[in-house]
Amino acid sequence: MKTEYAHYIKRKWLALAVLCAAMLCAALLSLSVGAASLPLVEILLVLIGGGEDASHIIIFNVRIPRIVTAVSVGFALAMSGCIMQNVLRNPLASASTLGISQGASFGAAVAIVYFEAGVHVVSGASVTAASPFTVTIFAFIGGISTTILILFLSYRSGANPAAMILAGVAIGAMFMGATALVQYFADDIRVGSIVYWTFGNLGRPGWREIQIMTALNITGFLYFLFNRWNYNAMESGAHTAKSLGVNVDMLILVGMTVSTLISATAIAFVGTINFIGLIAPHIVRKFVGNDYRFLIPCSAFMGATIMIVADIASRMIAAPAVLPIGALTSFLGAPLFLYMIIKKGNMAK
Amino acid sequence: MIRVKNISYSYGAGERDVLKNISFDAPFGECVGILGNNGAGKSTLITCLCKIRTPTMGRVCVDSRDIHKIKRLEAARLISYVAQKNEISQMTVFDSVLLGRKPYIKLSVSQTDLDICESIIEQVGLSNYRLRYINELSGGEQQKVMLARALVQQPKLLLLDEPTSNLDPKNQHEMLALVRKTALEFKISVFMVLHDISLALRYCDKFLFLKQGEVYKYGNDSIVTKETISDVYDIRGVVVEVNGRKVFAIE
Repeated sequence: MKTEYAHYIKRKWLALAVLCAAMLCAALLSLSVGAASLPLVEILLVLIGGGEDASHIIIFNVRIPRIVTAVSVGFALAMSGCIMQNVLRNPLASASTLGISQGASFGAAVAIVYFEAGVHVVSGASVTAASPFTVTIFAFIGGISTTILILFLSYRSGANPAAMILAGVAIGAMFMGATALVQYFADDIRVGSIVYWTFGNLGRPGWREIQIMTALNITGFLYFLFNRWNYNAMESGAHTAKSLGVNVDMLILVGMTVSTLISATAIAFVGTINFIGLIAPHIVRKFVGNDYRFLIPCSAFMGATIMIVADIASRMIAAPAVLPIGALTSFLGAPLFLYMIIKKGNMAK
Repeated sequence: MIRVKNISYSYGAGERDVLKNISFDAPFGECVGILGNNGAGKSTLITCLCKIRTPTMGRVCVDSRDIHKIKRLEAARLISYVAQKNEISQMTVFDSVLLGRKPYIKLSVSQTDLDICESIIEQVGLSNYRLRYINELSGGEQQKVMLARALVQQPKLLLLDEPTSNLDPKNQHEMLALVRKTALEFKISVFMVLHDISLALRYCDKFLFLKQGEVYKYGNDSIVTKETISDVYDIRGVVVEVNGRKVFAIE
C-alpha cells in the first residue's frame, strides 16, 4: 500500500507540474503573438539580453506586464473561487456569483459618473478612463463592501453558508440595479466609459498594481495552504470539521475575507472578469479531487493558464483590435461550465 | 471515565431547553446506546458531548478533563464523532480516512499516520476501495469510511449518531461488532444513537433513554422493559429472550 499511496500522491504532484508547465508554455506563446508577431528565437534572445530594441520594448513594456497581470488575476480569482466553494459548501460560489464583481462595477460606475474619473482620453483605437486610480479605489470599495454586507447578514444568521450565498445573489442583483440607475442618469460619454471598464482590460494595471496583486496573492496562497487540512475537513460537513478540531466559524469568516480581498483587488485593477473563479477549481477537481493540499495550487495555476490563453485569444481573434477579455472569458467559460454540468449530471461535490 | 454532569442546552436565548439537566457516567470500554423517540434530544446530546455545540449549562469530562475548556485539537484527540448525515465529497477512501489524523498532523503526514489508516481500512473491510472516490461507493461503504475516519482519531470517546442507518442487516451487525470489539480492545467509550432496540440490546452495555430532553432511565439491560419502551416510544411490545439474547418485538 505504501507504494500504491506514494504513486497516487505522485500523480497529484504530476498534475500540478503539468499545470505549471502549461502556464509557462501559454506565457511563452503570449510573448510571441500580438499585433507584432515575434519569433521564438527573438524572444529568447531578448530574454537573455540580446535581440532588437523594438522587440525589447514590446516584450518588457507591453507583453510581460500583460502576462504577469493575467497570471495574478487568474491566481486571485481561481484561488478565491476554490476557497469560497469550500467554506460556503456550494459549488457555484465565486466572486462573480457572490456579487463581488457587481459591487466593483457599481463602485467604478460611481467613480466615473460622480467623481470625474470618466472623462475620456482617446489614444489610438482605445478609450481609457482619465483617472484609473479613482476608479480602482471605488471598484475595490464596491467589491469589498459586498462581502462586508454578506458577512454581516450571515453573521446575523450564525455564519450560515446558505445564507451567505443567498445574500450574495440578492446584493449582486441590488448592485446591478444600482449600476443601471447610475448609467441611466449619466451622459453618453460616461456610460461608454462604464461599459468599457466592465469589459476588463489586462493592459490597465502598471507595475505598482501588479506588485500589490502579487503580494496579496502570495499572502492569500500561504494562508490557504496553511489551512489545507481544515478545508479538507470542511468537505465532510461543518459538524465533522468541528469534531476534527476546526474552528469552523472563523475558517468561514477569515476565508471569505481573504478571498474577497484578493478577488476584489484583481477586479478593481482589471475590470469584471467572470467564470475564472467558477470553472478553474471544477476543472482541476477532475484530476486531484477535493484534496485541498493540491486543489488550491492546481486551481491557481489553472486560473492563470486560462487567463493567459483568453488573453492570447482576445488579441488574435480580431487582430489588430483587442477584444474585451471579460466578455471572452464569459463567452467561453459559460458553455464550458454547461458542458461540465451535463457531463457530471450535477455539480454536487 | 466519561462524566456528563447537569447538561442543558437550548438553541437560542429565550428558547426552551431541548436538553434538561442530563447527568450520567460511563467507564472506558463500554458501549452506551442512546434511545428515544424523534425529537427527544439524542442528536443534540451527542453534539454537546464534543465541541460541536456548547451546552448552556453543565460539564462533560473525559478522563477528568472538561472538554469544553480544553483546546479544539486536544478535544479532537479525545473524542471522535460520526454524523447522522455526512456530506460526501470527491475524496478517495484513503484521504477521507486520513482526515481523522488531522488533529495529529503538524506539517506533513507521517508514516505512523499512514500505517494507522491502512490498518483501520483493512479492519473495516475497505482495502479494495482505498483509492476509490467515496462518492462512487454505496451508502453502507460510505458509512464504513466515516467509522474508519473516527477510529483513526484514536479517541477515548467515540460518538456515533445512527451509525447503522444506511446499512443492510449484515453490515449493521458487522459494523456494530467492529465498534464493540474496538471499544473493548482499546478501552474506548462508545455512545451511539440507535433506533433499533434489538440492535442496542445486542451490542450495548448500558442504555440511556431520553424523553423530551430529559433522562428517563439509565442503566444496564434490566431497564429495557416493555413498560420503559411503552413510556418512551408510546408503542406496545415485548422484550423476549431468543437463544439467550434479549430482543424487542412489537405486539
